[in-house]
This record gives sequence, structure tokens and C-alpha cells, in this order.
Amino acid sequence: MAQFGIYIHWPFCESKCPYCDFNSHVSGILDEAAWRDAYLAELNRYAVETQNHVVTSVYFGGGTPSLMAADTVAAVLQRIQGLWSVSNDFEVTAEANPSSSNRAQFEAFRKAGVNRLSLGMQSLCDESLVFLGRRHTSVEARRAALEAAQVFDRYSLDFIYALPGQTASAWRSELEQILALASGHLSLYQLTIEPGTQFHKDRVPAAGEDVAEVLFRTTRNIMQAAGLADYEISNHALPGEECRHNLIYWRGEYYIGIGPGAHGRLPTHRLNEGLAVEAIQEIRLPNAWLMAVQSGEGGTQKRTALGREERLEELILMGLRLTEGIEFRRFERLFGAPLLTQLDKQKLEHLTDRGFLEQGENTLAATAKGRQRLNAVLAALIV
Amino acid sequence: MTDLAHKRNFSIIAHIDHGKSTLADRMIEVCGGLTNREMKEQVLDSMDIERERGITIKAQTVRLDYQAKNGETYELNLIDTPGHVDFSYEVSRSLSACEGSLLVVDSTQGVEAQTLANAYLAIEADHQIVPVLNKIDLPASEPDRIKAQIEEVVGLDATDALEISAKTGMGVGNVLESLVAQIPAPDGDASAPLKALLVDSWYDPYLGVMILVRIHDGELKKGMRVRFMSSGATYQIDQVGVFKPKATQVGALTPGDVGYLTASIKTVAETPVGDTITDDKRPAEGPLAGFQPSVPVVFSSLFPTDNAAFEDLRESLAKLRLNDASFAYEAETSAALGFGFRCGFLGLLHLEIIQERLEREFDLDLITTAPSVVYKIHMTDGAVIELHNPADMPEPTQIDFIEEPWIKATIMVPDEHLGGVLSLCTERRGEQIDLTYAGSRAMVIYRLPLNEIVFDFYDRLKSTTRGYASFDYQMDGYRQSDLVKVSILVNAENVDALAFIAHKGQSESRGREICERLKDLIPRQLFKIAIQAAIGGKIIARATVRALRKDVTAKCYGGDITRKRKLLEKQKKGKKRMRQFGEVEIPQSAFLAALRTGGD
Repeated sequence: MAQFGIYIHWPFCESKCPYCDFNSHVSGILDEAAWRDAYLAELNRYAVETQNHVVTSVYFGGGTPSLMAADTVAAVLQRIQGLWSVSNDFEVTAEANPSSSNRAQFEAFRKAGVNRLSLGMQSLCDESLVFLGRRHTSVEARRAALEAAQVFDRYSLDFIYALPGQTASAWRSELEQILALASGHLSLYQLTIEPGTQFHKDRVPAAGEDVAEVLFRTTRNIMQAAGLADYEISNHALPGEECRHNLIYWRGEYYIGIGPGAHGRLPTHRLNEGLAVEAIQEIRLPNAWLMAVQSGEGGTQKRTALGREERLEELILMGLRLTEGIEFRRFERLFGAPLLTQLDKQKLEHLTDRGFLEQGENTLAATAKGRQRLNAVLAALIV
Repeated sequence: MTDLAHKRNFSIIAHIDHGKSTLADRMIEVCGGLTNREMKEQVLDSMDIERERGITIKAQTVRLDYQAKNGETYELNLIDTPGHVDFSYEVSRSLSACEGSLLVVDSTQGVEAQTLANAYLAIEADHQIVPVLNKIDLPASEPDRIKAQIEEVVGLDATDALEISAKTGMGVGNVLESLVAQIPAPDGDASAPLKALLVDSWYDPYLGVMILVRIHDGELKKGMRVRFMSSGATYQIDQVGVFKPKATQVGALTPGDVGYLTASIKTVAETPVGDTITDDKRPAEGPLAGFQPSVPVVFSSLFPTDNAAFEDLRESLAKLRLNDASFAYEAETSAALGFGFRCGFLGLLHLEIIQERLEREFDLDLITTAPSVVYKIHMTDGAVIELHNPADMPEPTQIDFIEEPWIKATIMVPDEHLGGVLSLCTERRGEQIDLTYAGSRAMVIYRLPLNEIVFDFYDRLKSTTRGYASFDYQMDGYRQSDLVKVSILVNAENVDALAFIAHKGQSESRGREICERLKDLIPRQLFKIAIQAAIGGKIIARATVRALRKDVTAKCYGGDITRKRKLLEKQKKGKKRMRQFGEVEIPQSAFLAALRTGGD
């Protein structure tokens, strides 16, 4: 019986942050009941092709899902449990912003079925928060983290570092404060300047390679010492506290995405191969998506069968982001052929000899040295 | 038919931008050679590049009918000469087709290096020279000072120099009168066997090769069979005519005439400039003096940036060669740059012109390697090899000694920049021959190795003197020199296209320069990259591209996969433009930039 995860995209924010290139929109008044009905309708639509599958996780992302009414969250989760059976360790994560949430809302979310919170702290420094266009102060961020800790057994805090001018010592002391607020999970992202963002327009410089490397290594060392090893490039957790939903992406398992611009990966049964995978993309603009769903056509923009090579590349480029690497058995189950038969032996050997990759009995993984340069390693391995 | 006494053949010689072509235009206008509608600025420079650069590459000619003040009509043949040092042999051939020259000097600027070089060529050709001061209408004009300068530097009597403005037309009438009065009429014997000088030739898509000739003796008529004395080849004449400036057929060309012939000739390579054309039935006893085949002196390799364009490049070179026999090419393979052609040129400008025409007229993207000169390698076994490509240099142990070509350079420079010029020349292994002053301008004559000139001499001269120096040169034989081949290695692998030959004393600094430049151009990779310059097995300079320290996408989730894969697709496309050196991949653009920036 196949398992999969469900991603729910809430595309609205109070304001657009200058670094963000996600599909988020600032909206005035919106008809939340209509949106709720649309999510429910989409769940119904996907249920038809995923009958007998088990849902292992749900993730409310955005946008700012903490702007959703708890009722909406509850309705969505109820519908999911009505349509599918869920696993024993069913994980339900919601992203939240310190500026648009409070303890009462956290409790309402928990009551609705959310059992894990991901809080967009971004920084503990007021100056950085202003630079990042956040609507909260460091005091509010700390308060939100404490409230999350009071309400949820599992929560994660999100931070952005490698900001222009940030020194290793400044980041080190901020990390110490972060660790004091954290429990089992931290996502620590280096700032990247993405096309289409305000930072890109303003030509904000990303940290230089050397600085970025020092900050990256510093982060890894401190986190390891604190017991929150990096299980993915930017994600750190106590053993067992990894985000199960996000692991689906990195391990190449199946998921559906519901909401404007969401993506999904589902096996296509019609080819009778079992292993063929379709990439599903939802309509990006919120109102266009809503209208398409309301009209009964569904919110899907397009479904594309992934070629063998594309699927292979996805499995590798996502899998090598994980410290655990790619498990041979999982790969073979998902791809239908052993991993090592799909790789250029000479390249693989070369990268292994040079200490960028590591072959275990059951896995192929990138070493710390390799993960730090993963784009170049991937290029050397599969381009 | 005009009798000899009513013919005048002349050239206009001048430094670039001193107004040669404008004066030619005015004279055509005055004599009514073209209607106003047909007058385009500088009609004689017909190629786009010539027009843009304000220089003449191919010799062109025009016959003017001028009614002089004495009431008689004269046939004036103007032969417009190429105005650049690369084409000095062509200039001397054009001059030998005339009896006199107008020496045009910009009266706001004065004598420049080319004025001098061309004036000397005219003096060698026994010309009657008429000095003409142009741009006399400009406030900055200093006719008296310039006259004194002409007398001092060129050694011509400038007392009666004409003062004109080709732009406004002022004084142009006097120029025409002086031509008639001062320039000797040609001589020649119409009944003697045909002797015609081949002044220039070019390819016309309708008529085949058109040949510009000056008749010395005899007559040239349609239907005749003529013989080219250098090759012995014979051709049947299809057409004879003159340029007015439009090609106009005539019954015959007679002594003193300058005109064209066509004979269904397919390539200009069959019609070498300077050759003598005679009557096949009644040949002349010997050819006119001074013929020499043109020899390329600067070599460079051309590679298409896209290897798929190699065949296009081959075809384009073949087409260009139809019209320019002075450049040579042969196929070449480079590990770094793929398939291309090693080409020989008359000089740097010639190289630039060919490169530009290939890019512009044939729409090709090219990589041009650093220009190199022709070295004579004397082998220990006594053989002498002409080396056109540094990559072909024999093993040092097999070499007895090497000779390199030298030039004699004339540089005119304002006093305040003289110091910079002298140190530049010294730095480039120059030997001073002469240093004289004319007013506030100095004239320096240096002997210099040609390979120092092709390196980046022009650019350096320009920047040292803020563009105020002028420069001209002539070849000055070969001399033995302590030369070495410097190879460039990337991770111990030889990059053939970057090898160069340098004087031993400069090899290290040049080697270091190119290593440093490549270091900045090669993107960091998983492994560190050693860039080395070596002479034989000895490393003389090195630079290291440090290994990549961090390169990973921070955030990658569900939706991002698609985008991440696009990055891979991009990398795949980029890989096609990479050259593999061991485990290192070097983007072709890095070679390109290393070669383009020359030595700045």
C-alpha cells in the first residue's frame, strides 16, 4: 500500500518579504469559506486516484498559513482523515509567523489537528528583522517561540543567516541564543538572492563564497555539538525529530500539492509500470486557481510524465542533500533499477576517491565536504 | 584618344584623417565625374569597413576630364592608394603607376608618421611632389609652421605649398591647375610591345577578377591574348575600360593610361600586384622592375566559437581569399579550441580587417589567438624552418639558433610624450637609430623586433601618448635572438592555443601575466587548478585557482525540484562549451578572454 504526503499551500501574507520568491500574495479581504471549500474539493478530486493510499503527513505552507482560520485547518484535516487512512505517526505541520499568531491561535491549531509548528523567526536581531522586511521584533519572536514550546510537543524554528555584513562571531552568538529557544528542530538557511525578489531588484549582494563557507561550517559544528546534527543541507534535528513531511521530498517519495502553485509527484498507473512518475503543477495565481476549482475543472495547471533521466536526476539531487544519502533499497523501489547501475562508474569512483561521496553497504551519500559543494558535485556526477 | 602631353597620373598621399578622400571627392565634383545624386561622401572608399575606418584598403582609381585655365582639356588619372603600413607594398606599386603625388598635410596637425613614410615611398618612385595644406579654414590651422615642418622633416620645398580646404572646396581649383603645371606627363611608346603594370585586382561577382593596370608601352585592346610575366599564364581580354569613377568600356588603353581589364579570371591569386602584363604574341623583353609576391608577416589562428561553424568558416575564408590573395590559411586543430585555421596576414590591421569581415559579412563568431610573427628556426642539422605557429616549435635540443623579423619604426610624437615613447621602445627591446625635433614634435626612429609590435605595441603607444603619436614601420630583415617558447599548462596539461614565443628576458613576466589572467577567468571547481607557464620542462610562473569552498542551494523542497533540475539543464548546456583538461573543465570563454585582453 503506497504512502504519500499532502502539502496545502495558503498563498497569502500580510506583506511580501524582500527575500521571498515563494508564491505568496498580499490580499485584502478574502472569502475564506470559498477557499476552504476549494481545498476540500481538491482533496476529493485527488482522492479518486489515490484510493487505498496512506497519508503519512500534511504540511500547511505558504504564504502565511497562520493567517488561516483554525476552522479551515480543522475542516481540511477532517476531510483528509475521511478520504484516506493515516499512518500511526501521522505528522501535521503548520508554518506560522510571530506577527500573525498568538498562544490562543496555536491552541486552536493544535485542537484542529496540527501536531508540529514551524515558526518563521528569521532572526533574533531587530536590525536584521527590519532588513528582512519582517513585521515582528525579536521580543515578539522569542515570545512566539516560548508559546509554541508551551503548546506543541514538536516545533521547529526557521532562521536566515549569511546576511550582508554578518560576521562569524555575530552569527555564533546569535546561534547560542537560538539553541536556548530550540527543542528538536532548526532550519537554518543562508540568504540567497533569488530573481524576482525585492533584494534582487535592489542588487543586495549575497555573502561571498569564503564568508558563506565559514558561516556554513560554523553552523554545522555548533549544531553538531548541541546534538542537532544536520540531516539535510539546511535542516538540523535531534535524532527522530526530523520533519517527516520534508523527508518525503528529499527521499523521492510521493506527495500531492493542493493550493495555488503547489507541486506534486505521483506514480502514474496508466503506464502500468508502477514506477513512472508524473509531475503535477497547480495553477499559480490564487484567484485563477480558485475559479478553476470552483468551475469543477480542478486547480491543476499541468501534469507532465517525468522521463527516466529526469526522475533519476531528481532522486539523486534531492537524495544527496540528506546526510543519510540515498538508500539503495528505497531507490530501487522508486526507480526500478539499482542506483549504481545508473551512475557513471568512473565519475563515481573519482568523486569517492576525492572524498566528496561515500559508499556504504546500503547507501550512497555525499560527505560533509561534498554536501557543502553539492551543486558542483552533482554537476560532476550526472551532467 | 588623348595624347601623352595631355595626360597626368597622380596619387594623393597623406596620414589618416588628413583629408585625402575628401579632396578626391572635391576633384571629382569639380570635373563633373558624377552627378550630385551619385556623389556619396568619399566615393573612392567603397567597402563598408573602409568607409567606417576612413582608410583605403584596395587601390582605386578615377579618370577625370579637366578643362584647364589654358583652355585645353587634360585627362587626370587619380590612383587612390591604400593608406596603411600593412599595405606598403601595394602603396609602392600604386605610386609606381604615377608620375607625381599630392602630399596632403592637415594644417592643424602637421606631418605625421604616415605622411613621412608615404612621402619617402613617393620620393623613391621619382615622383614630383606637390605639397598641399588642408583644413586651412579651421581656426587651429598654422600653415606657416606646417610649411616649415614639411621642409625640415620631409625635406621638400614647401614655399609654394597650396593652401586649401577640401571640405569647403576652397583652393581645389588651384590643386587641379598645379597638377597640370607641375606633374610631368607620362611617356611611353604606343608601337612597342605591350608593357602594363598590374596595380591592383579584385573580384567582381559579374565580371570575374578586375585588374587595374597602368600602360607603359603598347596598347591593350579587347580580344587580345595577354601574358602575365611572373607566371607565364595567358588570358583572352574580355573588356578594357576606365573608371570615371564608374567602370566605362573603352576601345583601347594606350601609354600613360590607367584603366581596367577583365579576362574571365576566377581568383585574384592569379593576378599578383606588381606583375607585368604583356602581349602574348609580341611579348616585351623583360618585366617592369620591382615585382615581389606578397608575403604574410603576422600569423594568427581563427576558431569558430561554435565548433559546428567550422565548415562555414572554411567557406567564408575561401570567399574572402577570392578577393584578397595576400592572406593565407590552412586548417589547424587545437586541443583547447577545436578545429580552426592558421592564417597569415600582411600586418595587424590586415588581420583585424579579415576578422571583422568574417564576423560582419559572414556572420561568424570567432576566437582569434594572439598574433605571432614568422620565425626562422635554424636546426642543428642545418635545415631552416619558417615557424608560423608557436605550437609547432621543435624541441629546443634540435634548435641551433632562432632568428626573428625586425622592423624600422618611425614615430612622431609631441615633445611632452617623448619620454614615454622612448621607455616603451626600450622596454620592447628597441634600438634607437635617430631622434630629431621639428618644432615641438619629435621624430624617433627605432629598430624593433616585430613580435614586440604585434603584442600590444599600438595600444600601449596610444595610451602612453594619449593618442598623439603616429607610427609607421617597414620590415628590416631578420636577426638572431634569444627566443623561447612559453607553454601554458592547466593541471599539467598543455593548452596549445595559449603558447607563445617571447624573448627570454621577458618570458617570465609574460608567463606570469597570462597565468594571473587565467586564474581570474577560470571559475572555481571541486579541485584546485594549477596554471603554469613553462619553458620546456621548466616552470617559470604559476597561479592557482583555489578549489570551490561552498556551492549548494540553501532551500530545496517540493516545488523547487523543477527549478533545480533547470539548473542542471543549464549546466548540461554549458558543458558543451567547456574544454576538458584532465579533471578540470575550462569554459571556452576563459580562453577567449585570455586571448582578447592581449597584454594590458
